[in-house]
Amino acid sequence: MSDLGHVLVLAGGLSYEREVSLRSGRRVSEVLRAAGIDVEARDTDASLVPSILADPPDAVFVTLHGGAGEDGAIRSVLELLNVPYVGADPDACRVAFDKPTAKAVVRSVGLVTPESVTLPKETFHDLGATMVLGRIVAQLGLPLFVKPARGGSALGASIVRTAEELPAAMVGCFAYGDTALIERYVVGVEVAVSVVDLGNGPIALPAVEIVPDEGVYDYAARYTAGHTEFFAPARLSPDAAAACAQTAVTAHTALGLRDISRTDLIVDASGQPHFLEVNVAPGMTETSLLPMAAEAAGQDLGGLCRILLHNAAARTRT
Amino acid sequence: MVASEIRALFAVASRPEVVSLAGGMPYVTALPLDLVGELVSDLVTRHGPVALQYGSGQGDPHLREQICEVMRLEGIHAGANDVVVTVGSQQALDLITRIFIDPGDVVLAEGPSYVGALGTFAAYQAKVVHIAMDDQGIVPESLAQTIYALETAGAPIKFLYTIPTFHNPAGVTLNAARRQQVLDICQRAGVLIVEDNPYGLLGFDGEPMRALRADNADGVVYLGSFSKTLAPGFRVGWALAPHAIRDKLVLAMESAVLSHSSFTQLAVGQYLTTQPWREQIKSFKELYRERRDALLDSLEALMPPEVTWTRPAGGFFVWVTLPEGLDSKAILPRAVAERVAFVPGTGFFSDGSGSRQMRLSFCFPEPERIREGVRRLAGVIEQEIQLRDTFGTGSTRGHAGVDTPGPDLA
Repeated sequence: MSDLGHVLVLAGGLSYEREVSLRSGRRVSEVLRAAGIDVEARDTDASLVPSILADPPDAVFVTLHGGAGEDGAIRSVLELLNVPYVGADPDACRVAFDKPTAKAVVRSVGLVTPESVTLPKETFHDLGATMVLGRIVAQLGLPLFVKPARGGSALGASIVRTAEELPAAMVGCFAYGDTALIERYVVGVEVAVSVVDLGNGPIALPAVEIVPDEGVYDYAARYTAGHTEFFAPARLSPDAAAACAQTAVTAHTALGLRDISRTDLIVDASGQPHFLEVNVAPGMTETSLLPMAAEAAGQDLGGLCRILLHNAAARTRT
Repeated sequence: MVASEIRALFAVASRPEVVSLAGGMPYVTALPLDLVGELVSDLVTRHGPVALQYGSGQGDPHLREQICEVMRLEGIHAGANDVVVTVGSQQALDLITRIFIDPGDVVLAEGPSYVGALGTFAAYQAKVVHIAMDDQGIVPESLAQTIYALETAGAPIKFLYTIPTFHNPAGVTLNAARRQQVLDICQRAGVLIVEDNPYGLLGFDGEPMRALRADNADGVVYLGSFSKTLAPGFRVGWALAPHAIRDKLVLAMESAVLSHSSFTQLAVGQYLTTQPWREQIKSFKELYRERRDALLDSLEALMPPEVTWTRPAGGFFVWVTLPEGLDSKAILPRAVAERVAFVPGTGFFSDGSGSRQMRLSFCFPEPERIREGVRRLAGVIEQEIQLRDTFGTGSTRGHAGVDTPGPDLA
């Protein structure tokens, strides 16, 4: 693997998850440097394209989260520049990043995902919020989970336990996006399953179980060290753990993802995993789930990132 | 400390595409940087052995003399012996709080108040009780009633913390008549006043306001700073305190940091000695006045009719109140998506108030950028009004953690 010359880590961007992305980027840069790789970390601004043209990296690791990195746009630009990168191609990103579309795709291959409604804010404005929200509660029941159709880190997301809480949750959601996904809330164990493909097909890393101190895995719980308890591997029965692994690999494959992904699931009392969403540029911070899963699997994060970069670099040469 | 999604949004506000009306960074680019550079170089060459050595805990004696000269502009006649030089006036505030506050003690403060002070008070577990203010500053009746109620309840009031001139974040100034009333009320009740006055010399009309300390040497601790009149990078501020408090401050200063940096103290001293600092303050005032005008004019021209705001006669900030049912914290994400940033109001209160308010700063962006920022913000607020009307409510989501940006946000 000594043929990997210099590598570019993209972090920052103009999404709501800029800060998280910068932290992910620093972490990936550190572990790659420790693994002996020549790393340059960059933000995505007007100087990016000229600098790549002047000195093309051998491969790019995208740690841009949210719209900036996961909607496929930056990867389309990298393709225009003929620079290889780790992770899914732009078309797959676009499908995966749009949560309702991703849910439809995984449902079509037999996975279970909570029943939901997706509506833009104009619908509520044009048709009247009270009537539409009333029908949603009648159809899906309570509690509900409201989140923006696109985006991550639980920004704009909230649990709705009574019908009276729903309008304010919708307003909070529309602060972060113009389309809301309103999902039946499944009670169970929250787990995240990371999938990596080191060249021999996608493999699920051990599921990580998330137990937030305050009961809700919101932004503060995600990024404050010590505010959430994690179990890696998750405290699941062998059957449930196998079902989670299978669900994540199936989602990864059905959505046409590549190299790396993380699927968030709820495991209900019967051990059935319910697909919530998938991330094509999973968080890599000190409190993120994929690094925890890698550690639980006995894999060195730097080594893992290096193989992914190496495989990406090799793609251009075939 | 808790990670905060609001704080995380300020990471985006630091990008040049975003018009930041959120930060409080002085526009130091307006300084004659080449001259400051020569002065620093000269300082090391000619006074290196002093500048690079430990200094006294109280601060450089010559600089303290110069500080007294600066304070004379606000009617204060004090001796250098009662001045303690600190790392910004923020450190003076920290030391004062450390000296006076036991957990549970009461600090009175305007509502809203400076976020950095609220952070310090919280760190020492003081209980902050807000005093009402209007467009003329603290309401004296509210101050008197609050003191009476607290005393009746047996609550230990340690001091009143106030920013009487060009308030941060409210942008208002305590009028002359009320200044005397506030002094009288506090004197009668035996309540010390901590007067924080970083913006006092940055008034846009006429002469500087007379400081509270000018009319009461025994009952007021005055906090001053070169951060806005020169540059915050030097981190030179000071406290002017009655003798007994001054002695405690010096000991507290020594136990905290031994001594302030001799280097930056001498640099500030040299600047005051060799440069026309009064003219520099004048040019800062002209620069900030133009930006204040740009902000007020564009608010007037562009904001929806239900939005109101204060009209500062100096300083850096305008305090905006949104229509009923709108939550400034909830609209920050949308504002950032539209490439404009502000600070939501709740960070300036210790009791959760301020959800309908926001602070806009005009100190850093050029006037054209300010106008563009207000245009974007007005659009966001209009959308939010529509959303409120659609759903019949604002967002009521709670947010954990710190809701204000760090000091290095423009």
